[in-house]
Parts: sequence; C-alpha cells; structure tokens
Amino acid sequence: MSDAVTLTNTPIEGYPYDREALRAELGTLDQVPGVPKRDPILTVDRIERRFGGMTAVNVTHLEVPRGAITALIGPNGAGKTTFFNLITGFDQPSNAQKMIGGGDAKWSFNGKDLRRTGASQAARAGMVRTFQLTKALSRMTVLENMLIGANNQPGENLFVGLIPPLWKARERENILRAKELLARFKLDAKIDDMAGDLSGGQKKLLEMARALMSNPAMIMLDEPMAGVNPALTQSLLDHIQALRDEGTTVLFVEHDMHMVRHISDWVVVMAQGEIIAEGLPHTVMTSEAVVDAYLGAHHDKDLGDDDTINTGFMRAIATEIADEIEETR
Amino acid sequence: MDFWFELLQSILQVAIAPTTAAFVLAAIGLNIHFGFTGLMNMGQAGFMLVGAYGFGVSVSYFGLGFWAAIGVSIAAAVVFAIILGIPTLKLRGDYLAIVTIAAAEVLRMVVKLAVLQDITGGPSGIPGQKYRPVFTELSPLPEGKTTILGLTYANTGVDDWWTRIVAWGLVALFLLITWLLIRSPWGRVLKGIREDEDAVRSLGKSSYAYKLQALILGGIMGAFGGIVMALPAAMQPDSMGRPMTFNLWMIVLLGGAATIFGPLLGSILFFVVRLVLTSLAGEFIPSSLLNTQQTEQLAWVLIGLSLILLVVFRPQGILGNKKELSFNV
Amino acid sequence: MTRTTAISVSTKRPLGVALLLGLLLALFLGIFPSGPAHAAECTPDASTGCVQGVIKTSSGDPAVGIKLTIKGGGEDQTVETDSEGRWVFAVTKAGDYTVSVEKSSLPDGQFFKSAESREVQVQLNNQASALFPLTDDESAAQGGSSATGGESAGESTKSANSFSWPRFWQQFVSGLRMGLLISLASLGLSLIFGTTGLSNFAQGEMVTLGGLLAALFMGITGNLWVAGLLAVVVSAGFGWAQDKVLWKPLRKKRLSLMQLMIVSIGLSITMQYLFQFFWGSGVIRIDKSTPATWTFFGVTLTVQSYIAMGISLLAIIAVGLGLMYTRFGRATRAISDNPALAQASGIDVDRVINIVWIIGGGLAGLAGVFLGLVFNGLNWFTGGQLLLMFFAAVTLGGLGTAFGAFVGSMLIGMMVELTNIWLPGDLKYATALLLLILILLVRPQGIFGRKERIG
Repeated sequence: MSDAVTLTNTPIEGYPYDREALRAELGTLDQVPGVPKRDPILTVDRIERRFGGMTAVNVTHLEVPRGAITALIGPNGAGKTTFFNLITGFDQPSNAQKMIGGGDAKWSFNGKDLRRTGASQAARAGMVRTFQLTKALSRMTVLENMLIGANNQPGENLFVGLIPPLWKARERENILRAKELLARFKLDAKIDDMAGDLSGGQKKLLEMARALMSNPAMIMLDEPMAGVNPALTQSLLDHIQALRDEGTTVLFVEHDMHMVRHISDWVVVMAQGEIIAEGLPHTVMTSEAVVDAYLGAHHDKDLGDDDTINTGFMRAIATEIADEIEETR
Repeated sequence: MDFWFELLQSILQVAIAPTTAAFVLAAIGLNIHFGFTGLMNMGQAGFMLVGAYGFGVSVSYFGLGFWAAIGVSIAAAVVFAIILGIPTLKLRGDYLAIVTIAAAEVLRMVVKLAVLQDITGGPSGIPGQKYRPVFTELSPLPEGKTTILGLTYANTGVDDWWTRIVAWGLVALFLLITWLLIRSPWGRVLKGIREDEDAVRSLGKSSYAYKLQALILGGIMGAFGGIVMALPAAMQPDSMGRPMTFNLWMIVLLGGAATIFGPLLGSILFFVVRLVLTSLAGEFIPSSLLNTQQTEQLAWVLIGLSLILLVVFRPQGILGNKKELSFNV
Repeated sequence: MTRTTAISVSTKRPLGVALLLGLLLALFLGIFPSGPAHAAECTPDASTGCVQGVIKTSSGDPAVGIKLTIKGGGEDQTVETDSEGRWVFAVTKAGDYTVSVEKSSLPDGQFFKSAESREVQVQLNNQASALFPLTDDESAAQGGSSATGGESAGESTKSANSFSWPRFWQQFVSGLRMGLLISLASLGLSLIFGTTGLSNFAQGEMVTLGGLLAALFMGITGNLWVAGLLAVVVSAGFGWAQDKVLWKPLRKKRLSLMQLMIVSIGLSITMQYLFQFFWGSGVIRIDKSTPATWTFFGVTLTVQSYIAMGISLLAIIAVGLGLMYTRFGRATRAISDNPALAQASGIDVDRVINIVWIIGGGLAGLAGVFLGLVFNGLNWFTGGQLLLMFFAAVTLGGLGTAFGAFVGSMLIGMMVELTNIWLPGDLKYATALLLLILILLVRPQGIFGRKERIG
C-alpha cells in the first residue's frame, strides 16, 4: 500500500491530455479495485461511514487519475453520494481522526491532506462539487450566483467590502468571466433572472458554470443528468468533455449507463458502500461483479414479490430518503 | 380639534424620540442577522443590555471616559457574539434561537443580582445621572432651549436635542454601512448563506466565519441601540428582556426583512401606531369600559396578532420584495 | 425545512388564525372580571416617587401574596407582592414613609430576620427601596429590633447559602418535584418538536392556561379534583383546536419552520396579554386555603406537592408506555424518525400530529395546575418564565426524544433547586440556562439525541 500513498505535487510533464493516449495508459493498469495510478489527483484510504448499524461507505483505497473523466457508478443506496459528501467535507467519516484518538481515515487531494478540513477548505483546495438536487441560490440573480463562485474577490472580506474601489476592478474581471461561462452554457440570456426561475436543466448548467468560476483542478458532479431535459443532455456531455480537454479532472456520479460509456475514461463501481470494481468503461460494465451488483439491487426486482421486501431493502430505501432529505437541507 | 393637534404633535415627538432611534439601531442589527444572513437571533435585547451596561458600568463604576466606555461596550458585544456563535452557528437555526434567548435571560438575571448592587445597581439599574455627564459634556451646542416644529427641548440636558442628533446620526451611519455592505461581495456571500449554506460552502466560503462576522456586526449595532436607549433615561435590566427582542422582531418583519430602510420604517410605525391606538382609545372609549392599563394590554394582544398575521400573510413586510424574502421556504 | 414537504400540499389560506383568536376570546370572554389591579408598575417622574422591593423566602423563592402597607405624608396604601415577590408603591409627595409587612401574610415557617417595618425617605422622580429579609430559623428571627436601612441587599438570600445535609435532602426532593413538573410540559414540547419540527414558544402559555383554568373552575365548582380535571380536559381541547385551526393550515401552506416559530412567538405574546386582560397581572390562587404539610424523612412539602408528584409520575409513565407499546406511539416515533417514510407507509401523519397536540396540551395544562398548587399561586407569566427551562430540558435530553426530555427535565429540576443551596436564589434559573449553553458546546445533540438530527 505504501507506494500508493506516495504523491506527486507537480503534474508530470506532457501528461496525456489527449484522450486516446490517456485511455491507452489507463488500459495498461490492472483492472482491480484500488489499483495505483501514475499521477492520482485524489487518493483515498480507509474511509468509513456508518449510519446507526448500517455501513453506508467503506472504501479501503481509491485513486482518481488526473486529467481524466472518472465515473462513479453503482446501484441506488451504494453510498456514492455519501462518499462524495465525505471527501468534500460535507460529512465526517465514522473513523475520522479526532482531536484525541479517533480513526485512521485519510484522503488527500493534489498533495494536500484533507482529513481535518471542512467543506469550504476542500473547495478552496480546488475540488468543487455540485449537488444531486441542484443548489441554485434561488432568490439571487444568475449573475450573482456566478460571482459568488469566484474565490479571488477581496471584497468578500468585511472591511474591504466597505470600500468599493478596493474590489470593483476584480468585480469587473469576474463579471467578464461569468459572462463568458454563461455564454458557453447558453445561459447569457438569463443573466439578470432570479436563479429560482430557471428550469431544472438550466439550474444544473448554472451550478456547473458557477463551480467553474474558481478554475477548480477537479470538478465533482453528482448526477449531472438527473432531471435534465433530454434535449440538453448532449450539450451537457460536450461541456463535460470540453472541461477535460482543458485539463480539468472530472469525477461524476451517474445512473445513465449510456452516458457513462460514452464519455468516461475510467469507471469505479460501488455497491453496498464498497468499491467492487474499477477499470475501463467497456471492460468494467460487462464484468460479472458489476452485473451481479446491479441485479442484486432492488432496482430490477419485482416489488410485488414478498421475499424482496426484507429489512435490508427497507433500510436501503430509508437511507436513500435520508440522503435526499440531507440534500434538500 | 385640540385633541388632533396634540396627537399630531405627540406623533412627531415619538417619531424623533431617542428611544425610537435606539429601536432602529437594534433593529438594523437584527436585520443583518436575520434579514440578510438568516440567523435566528432571539437575544438581541441581550446585545442591547451588554452595550448599555458595558457603557454605564464603565463610566459609573470604573470612572472611564466616554470613548473608552464606548470601546468597552463594543468589546463586550463582540465577546458576547463570539461566545454565542461558536457553539451554535454550526448547528441548525433553532439552536441559535434557543441559545441566544437563554443567554440574554441569563445576562439579565446576572445584572439584576443583588450581590452586584454596587456595580450594576441590581434590579433598579443605574440612574442616568451617573453616566450621562460624560456624554453631555461632549455637546458642542450652546446653552438654552430650541424649538423646532413646535417641539421644545433643551439643547443639552436630560432629554435633549444633543441626544437626538447623536442617536439619529448613528442611525444614518448604520444605514450607510448596511447599504455599502449589502452591495459588496461580502453581503453577497451573506445572502448566499441565507439561500443555501451548503452551496456557499461548496464554493469555498467558510459560512461559519461569515455567520460569526454577521452576528458580531449586528450585535455591535444592538449594543449601540442599548447605549442610546439608556442615555436619555436610566438603565433598567427589565426593560431589555424578552419583550424587547420580540418587539425588534416585529419591527424588522413589519418594515421588511432584508431591506435597508425596513427597520427605520418599522420602528417609527411600531411606536406611532401604538401611540395613535392608545390615544384614540383613551379619548373615545370611556375608561369605565377600558382603562389605560387594559388598553395597553390590548395593544400588546394586537402586537402578538399582527406578528402572526405578518409572518403568515406578508412575510416580506411593507418594503420587502416577495422574491427576496428572508425565510427559507 | 423538509419535514413539511412530506405532508400533502395545498394552498388553503389559514383563516384559522382569525378563528383561533375567536376561540380564545370565546374561552375567556365574559367568564372573568378583570383581576384586581396590582401596582406592578411605577415609573418615577416629576410628580411620582417609587418605593419598592422584593421579598424572598429563605430558600430564595419569591414570597408571593405578602401584604404591605405604606403610611406617612397622607398616604395609606396596601399592596401584595406579585409572583416574583415584587412590591411597589407610588407616592406623590416627597418625605418620610413607613413601610410595614403584615406578619400574618407570611408563608408558613418564615419569619422576619430583622424588622417587619422600615422607614424610608422618598424623593420625587426617584426610587427608594426597603428590604425585608426572611428566615426559616425561628431562633434567628428578629435579632435586632426594627433597624433602619443599612442592611446589604444580599442579606435576604444569605441564609440560603449554608450547606447542610438535611437542607440538601430537602432541596433534592424539591428538585424531583420541579423536575417532574417540568417533564410534563417538556414532554409535550418534545413530542410536538419531534413530529412537526416546531419549537413552540407558546408552550409556556399552554401551561399558564391550565393553571388559570383550574382557578376558574375551582371558583365555579369548589372541588379541586373536578377543577383540575376540567382544566386538563379544556387544555387538551385547546391543543386540539390550536392544531386544527392554526398549525395544520400553516403546515399545508408550507410555511418554513422559522416562520412557524415566529408564529408561536406571536401566539405567546397574544395569550400572555389576554391572560393579563382577563385575569389581571396579580397572583391567582387555585386553592385559597392554607395548604397542609407533611414531613417525610425530614422533607417538608405540602400535601398537594406529594400528590402532584405522584400524578405527574403516573402521567409520564403512561405517556412513555403509550409511546413504546401502542400503535399510536409507534406511528409517532416513525414520524419523528422520517416523516416521508411514515407517510409513504400509510400513517395518517396529520391525525397523529393532532393527537400529539392534544396530549401536549393536556400535559401542559396538568403542569400548570400543579405549578399553581405547588407554588401556591400563579400569574400570567408563570409558564412564560419556565419556557426556557422546558427548552433547556428538551435540548439537554436531545431534541425530539421523549425519554431524553424526561431525563433532561429531571436534571434541570435538580439543577434549579440544588444550586440554590450555594448560589443566590436570583440565579436559580440562570444556572440551568448556563448548563444548556455548555451542553450545546460539548454535545449539541443532547444526551440521547442522534447526531444526524442537528446537521
């Protein structure tokens, strides 16, 4: 395990951002869970989250390759969103390191140890996420939503904020960048609308554009396709691929298998909180373990069949609902 | 006709009274807490008490000068905000509400302690003449009385023009600060927190730090409200209890939370409407049917009911914009 | 904010607010003449001087209903101390006055420590005060003949500052009593919070209502048991009506929890002043006779206190068993756990919440009746004063868990009565509130709460 923990702080020269080269390189790796990557941007070790008696997440080792689009898939209740919450600081692992004692959970991003950092510091480190249920700031305009995404605005300091000349120049730059991004996501016509008035798909786009305001090293998308008008799907896919081509690492959770196969360079499969498979999209998605995981889940079962409605199943639904409630807070 | 003329004059008198200004100051602070940041501060009266006693005790017991006493007052409010904020700002909103209301009550009980009679004056408080001189001696106004719009007060004295000028000057200053801040990127982050704390955290802002800053800033404004309230009268612990906080909430909600001028309009209306109601009742309803005490009680019943009706039917208040009301729906 | 989403959606306007006022008025109107006007307020001005003070028993509790007279300068007034033990005279002439306390109005077992009358000098536009410290030790009573002034204000509570085991034991049992009474009210608060998410600031007034109604029915029927029972039934009915006409429509309208909380504050203010309007601001006694006392293992309490403790305990056990073993109890817990899931699995959420309000109202009413009996009278603010104790108890035990509310209440009750041994009586509530703040600092979910609830 020791070699897996070794980190490189600087990106390796000439890292293959070319998609084919990158895929080729990933193809040479062992297709097993926890396989070490040449230049991981995110490394996770022994992270665990229990709710009551149930283990929602139990990941022993995972490395996310830099510069690639990595998909995190798995049946409902597999713990994907909880895993996202854990690494972005929105939830604390049950085995978190405490002030005194505690567990050995450990993960680092871009060489920065994130064990003790909160959500905002994780974001400042360059790991910006979006949410399954969009969190547009409804009663603020689209432009305000975008500007809040920038993290180089000195006027966000209370005292600097009192003196406009100190922050107006940066504000103008940020507005230009916001307009650029909005134009790219075809939201420029809505710039002065309240974000709450946008359609579900537009909110997803806005959230993504907002996350990009700070030029993150990695963007984490939680079900970017959920609730999006199918007409928008293709452009959303193009946006995600364009991000990767510009050097942003993408990690996303998705149910839509077609999308996963279409755009991802690497796929990680979770089931019952654990990572059960990892590999190139076409290899992983046909592997036996993955098919079993999906078939074993309640998704494809006949709900009328009494045998399937057991305690475990009820619990799974309960956690899903709990997750959603957590999300809407 | 005399009655109407007198009523008009007393309306004017109430509208410019230092007490009204004191309520405006505290309400501006509460508006920063609740209107702009969404903090349920149920202990604004506690901040007023901290401010008033910080000033009064510094002068009457420790013999400090005016500016030093003001400094003590501000420092006390900052400390109070930090003590309240640290344990609660990471928790759900109603915890802050319970803790602030409890802390304000504890403070009031402590100040009333008979053991502290020499310092705080116990239940009867500190009489005005013990701390007022340090304030009146700063007055640049000449001796004598001045009559403006039929209202005659001493230039400098117990209930004078000097207090009114300073009180409303402070109101203007605080309104200006609020206006500047709410238009600054700092204010934008506050609004973002009110809308969705998690979204703001996911964009790299420490919502905790911002909430604490807002709590401190609004608390300092509350402290000034307390000082201004005590200047023309005496310092009484029971006048800064729970009813005071509830009145301030009423004022903020009436004027319109999350608006700049809401607290100003709310305060003036709050006092004038009560005055008009009690005067009319006193004039036209025979006291055998409704004596002064009962009129006062009914006025309070009316306040309670208006609070309910306001929150249910017009949560944005008079000046507010329905699109930007400060309740999380 | 999500709790309400689970409950079905409609946009009916809550006319209930107006209806509720109607109901409140219907409840009170005409039944009661306004109470005796108590001179609880006196503001010194150019033509008025005030003489005031607070009388406390040796244990630091306010001594309620003590008669005082003021004589001199043509004045001859009589007042009674209010629920906080406060008394105040307003005089219109400066000069020397004599304030004296009527000895027969002292609580049993309380004696004057120094004097029963004092000379005071009153100036207009100013306040004067006089102290009448009490003691429970007859031998120490009236050591000095009517001394004037000079005594420090801390004196009245000093006798409470010495520790002895019998005293500890007495306070311990008083703590149990306080804890049980707080439990009654905080159980309701906790159930309501658990099922609806509402922090009900009007819970204190529901308690007051119970006590005042008991006094009202006592006046009509003359039988304490009947009066108490009626008061509890009407209180439960008030809980039911409150939910039907106010809270349920507001839930349907999907008001946020913050809005609901402010509505409950508005309701609390409204009820407090309606109480004052109809009952006056003075002390109302449910049982006007002098209560008998029992001494058990060195603890002296009124007979009514023992009965109140017994019935409270039974009521709490009944609610606890009901929550654990009945269908309704399981439904309540399911809703507290996860309203969406409960709704989905066929539980009639609105009905369960309505029953919770009935139980909450009834328990609060019962608490009010007992408070009025145990402390020999109550006023419009009795419940309001204890509201923060209820919140402290519920938060301490863990928001939304019934068992936690019980344990929290017992702890708070103990805290209030036991700290009284060492600290001045004025601080007895303050320590409980400080405990609350400290608990939130180290374990915000309370003793039995789950961490997920507070996120």
